[in-house]
Amino acid sequence: MSSNLEPAKVQTRMQRFWDSDVWWSFKSHKSAVGAAIVLALVIITAFLAPVLSPQNPYDLAALELWNAELPPIWIEGGQMPFLLGTDVQGRDILSGILYGTRISIIIGIASVAVSLFVGIGLGLIAGYYGGWIDNVLMRIGDVLLSIPTVLVAILVSSVVQQFLPPAFREAGLAAVLVFAIAMYSWVQYARVVRAQTMVERRKEYVMASRLVGTPARRMMFNHILPNTLTPIFVAATLNFGLAILIEATLSFLGVGMPPNQPSLGTLIRVGNQYLFSGSWWIVLFPSIQLCILVVAVNMLGDWLRDALNPKLR
Amino acid sequence: MLAFIIKRLSNAVFVMISVTFLAFVIFSAVGDPVDQMLNEQATQQQRDDLREKLGLDKPFLMQFGTFVVRAAQGDFGISFRNQRDVLDMISERFPATFELVLVATFISLVVGVPMGVITAIKRKSWYAEAMQFTSIIGISLPSFVVGIGLILVFSVWLGWFPSFGRGDTVDLGWWTTGLLTRSGQMSIVLPALSLSLFQVTLVMRLVRAEMLEVLRSDFIKFARARGVPARSIHFRHALRNCLMPVVTMTAMQIGGLIAFALVTETVFQWPGMGLLFIQAVTFVDVPIMAAYLCIVALIFVVLNTIVDMAYAVIDPRLRGADK
Repeated sequence: MSSNLEPAKVQTRMQRFWDSDVWWSFKSHKSAVGAAIVLALVIITAFLAPVLSPQNPYDLAALELWNAELPPIWIEGGQMPFLLGTDVQGRDILSGILYGTRISIIIGIASVAVSLFVGIGLGLIAGYYGGWIDNVLMRIGDVLLSIPTVLVAILVSSVVQQFLPPAFREAGLAAVLVFAIAMYSWVQYARVVRAQTMVERRKEYVMASRLVGTPARRMMFNHILPNTLTPIFVAATLNFGLAILIEATLSFLGVGMPPNQPSLGTLIRVGNQYLFSGSWWIVLFPSIQLCILVVAVNMLGDWLRDALNPKLR
Repeated sequence: MLAFIIKRLSNAVFVMISVTFLAFVIFSAVGDPVDQMLNEQATQQQRDDLREKLGLDKPFLMQFGTFVVRAAQGDFGISFRNQRDVLDMISERFPATFELVLVATFISLVVGVPMGVITAIKRKSWYAEAMQFTSIIGISLPSFVVGIGLILVFSVWLGWFPSFGRGDTVDLGWWTTGLLTRSGQMSIVLPALSLSLFQVTLVMRLVRAEMLEVLRSDFIKFARARGVPARSIHFRHALRNCLMPVVTMTAMQIGGLIAFALVTETVFQWPGMGLLFIQAVTFVDVPIMAAYLCIVALIFVVLNTIVDMAYAVIDPRLRGADK
């Protein structure tokens, strides 16, 4: 259009990000911004739990029985520093929630990471080599997806827990949960990566670089993988919410985290026993926190799916 | 067409065999049943006899074969904990789960379809946007939290509905129903609501998406041009064209609901198969776990296969696409 050639703008990565469509779309979506702020708050407070919480809920010596079942501070009988009240052992509800959220988030992130790793790896292999490897991997995926998710997770976590040696049981439980959740969720990533890989593999640049003698592994990771990342990213965000939900469900059913290392699900399970004794705060506040966390993640994921979808631009 | 049916059926059989294999592996991995069935003083001779009687001296694959044949005949063995026939225990519990799923499905259609239509035709109105926003929340809320919330509000605070159990049931011989007694009807309200919430949002979103698609099509424009009243266009012409995917999804989801009902059943202490399964998990009662896994997978696979095949009959394009 203009005749005078401007020198190409050198942009740093940050500047490129502020200029991007995605950032623009984010700014104009009120619910996305709100969800991001809420999520950031939840994550920051969870990881600052040791600093913020008035009590260390794991320290049995800090619990005083005369503080048991105190109601939240705004109801008569509530006491400082127990803002949201205490449970039957005198444990501060707010501290329990902050520590519990941290466990829930860590398990969520870890299971998304594991399933991404496995899913991308197997998807690349299946799509790049094709043939019987592809058939076997995709068949395994089909079978996993044809059993309801909760069932797979319950079975895996309850059975694997049987095999853990007693000394290892405490530390291993979180790992078992991550494994149980990642067990089926890798399939989704593997399918996306495989489909994209099969398309990319036939393109000329792949042919060309194969002629030059690029090894298969390098081809998969450096050339094909970057082209599959967008849908993977969206799926990972939505799966993060799902992973937190499934972990909470398992803990609620009693096959997840134990009461001495409670996640939000465990807190709800424990609090549920006092539903009829009038101490509703023991179960209500962890439930609200869990809902806030999952709703925020899902709203972000929902927005991201639309923002990164080229068809909707 | 025949090739398609054969392919779908073989797929279903393959899935069932894999699930049975999984169940069998769990079965044989969780420990030696001989140790659990005999006491500590049993002699080696007694152990060997029992081992032979149970077929445990045979090679792994032979044992799996026997397991499959027995499972196909409905023989899943005897519960470790109750010493009762596993299939009897599960079939006693089945009506409770099935009624719960049925009522939940009914609620999800009766509430979800009109909401979907409204959000599609009044897209810009505040109540449509509010419903759309609530639907994200509805999909995100964990089912057990919803259940606990319902109990807290409607049983503990208001005292309108019972919070656990199935109420009085009527025995019809081969089926026990809670739908015919007053206390049974009251009892099913909260569990069915909490189980259906996710379904309601799913149905609503599906109907909305389909309606938006159909409303853009030429025959609707033509109907408008002809002066057909709006209500008739929306409900007689457009909605009818959306119902097929809704029916399909509902049918496919029933399998998932039966499995997922175990969470609801735990919250409401509803005496269905799911509660039986969760109790079996806590006591490592493997025969029940294995049987439940096989039965739920069977329901799931049969429903999916039927829906797939029905689709192929209705929509010929699918037959070619899957080759």
